[in-house]
Amino acid sequence: MDSLSIIWAIGRKDLLLEIRNKDVVVAVAGFALLVLVVFTFAIDLNQDNAKLVGPGVLWAGIAFAGVTGLNRAFALEVEGDTLEALMLAPISRDLIYLGKALGNFLFIVIAQIIVIPVFAVLFNLVVFRWEMLAIALLTTIGFSAVGTLFAAMSVRVRAREVMLPILFLPVVTPLLMAAVESTSHMVYGRSWSDMAQWLQLAVAFDVAFVVVSAFIFQHILED
Amino acid sequence: MVSQGTKLAVKAEAVVKNFGETAVLRGLNLELPTGEVTVLLGTNGAGKSTFLRILAMLTKVDSGDISMLGNDIAKHGPTVRSLTGSILHSPMLYGDMSVRENLMFFADLYRLKNVEDLIATITVKVGIEPRLDHRVRTLSHGFQKRVALARALMHAPQLLLLDEPESGLDSRSVARLDQIIDEYRSQGRTVIMTTHIVEHALEIADRAVVLTNGNVGLISTNTAQDKAEIIAAYSSPDESDEGGY
Repeated sequence: MDSLSIIWAIGRKDLLLEIRNKDVVVAVAGFALLVLVVFTFAIDLNQDNAKLVGPGVLWAGIAFAGVTGLNRAFALEVEGDTLEALMLAPISRDLIYLGKALGNFLFIVIAQIIVIPVFAVLFNLVVFRWEMLAIALLTTIGFSAVGTLFAAMSVRVRAREVMLPILFLPVVTPLLMAAVESTSHMVYGRSWSDMAQWLQLAVAFDVAFVVVSAFIFQHILED
Repeated sequence: MVSQGTKLAVKAEAVVKNFGETAVLRGLNLELPTGEVTVLLGTNGAGKSTFLRILAMLTKVDSGDISMLGNDIAKHGPTVRSLTGSILHSPMLYGDMSVRENLMFFADLYRLKNVEDLIATITVKVGIEPRLDHRVRTLSHGFQKRVALARALMHAPQLLLLDEPESGLDSRSVARLDQIIDEYRSQGRTVIMTTHIVEHALEIADRAVVLTNGNVGLISTNTAQDKAEIIAAYSSPDESDEGGY
């Protein structure tokens, strides 16, 4: 319970700063919307094409946009040396990781609340379904888990804007596949059982990367 | 060294720290007792700030052992950090949060109770109560330093680590800081600080440690009498004088 309140305190602090600065959500939502709009012009969006390419465009857009936001979220902690202030606190380092991952999770969720309805309108697809909620949550947990770790690893590197996508995108590929495939099943109106294997892959990915990343994070913080 | 039976605030044994090919601490051995104010002196690059960062657990040693207040820092990190308050070079505050929000956030991380009362008391002590609801970004560096001091004192640590705490402070704030350090000593708590204002440091310290070439060059427990000797040791050229460590 005590640990949860620490994680929440860090996540809430990130949210408060984001409400004031709007750095991350604007970057993520703006970039993802741009990707969607570009593709609506590039592709003949009849109903068949929309179902075929829509899921891929949505998740590629969110993944690329997520990189931009994740970079910013950690850079802010380092610019003010506040990451060190967190490290001075009598809490284990994995709680710092989980708090930062929670903050990133919330930013990406907020960006998705803006992006997914726009996607539904532009691609004329029905996405307001429980399946979409499950897919979005599972994918965002994985993005945040991996992204927070790699953002922490690359934040002290001079070319961090380049480093994060190079590290992040190959690792989240299985999760991206799971998100695209299960969204595809959903837009074609298939049942939960059809997408079950992809959702299971997403769950396994999330569990594995939350645990492993929390462990690795402790070792990358100190000089 | 400290006499046997004295409780130690810090015990460092054969501590080595390198940054790349630059050796900063070269097998440093040091024992500091509780209840004293110790000032770490040395030219730029002598390893003062690195040693303080190691004690604050922000930097890992390459080899060697350190225990603080009887706890091995490699094994009991959170316990040691709960007993320690630190002010390092940067104030380490969230610029877009108010002073109150910053202190409340850190109080949550330190699991403190009665936070409102605590903040009211501590902000009066360091003289920042009129700016409690100002965003930190709008405050001068000196004020930000005072907020950092409030954060460091909030959980009433047994050991206070101060890295050049007077930098950016006006004379009134320095006097207030001296008062806090005195109060700490009288309560049997420990203060370890670095500074370049040697004369002032020797007035308030019980013990001076001069670091030279990444090791202890001189220890004095009579700072008033040994003033000339300490200043001479402090001013001697350091072969590792490359700045920033």
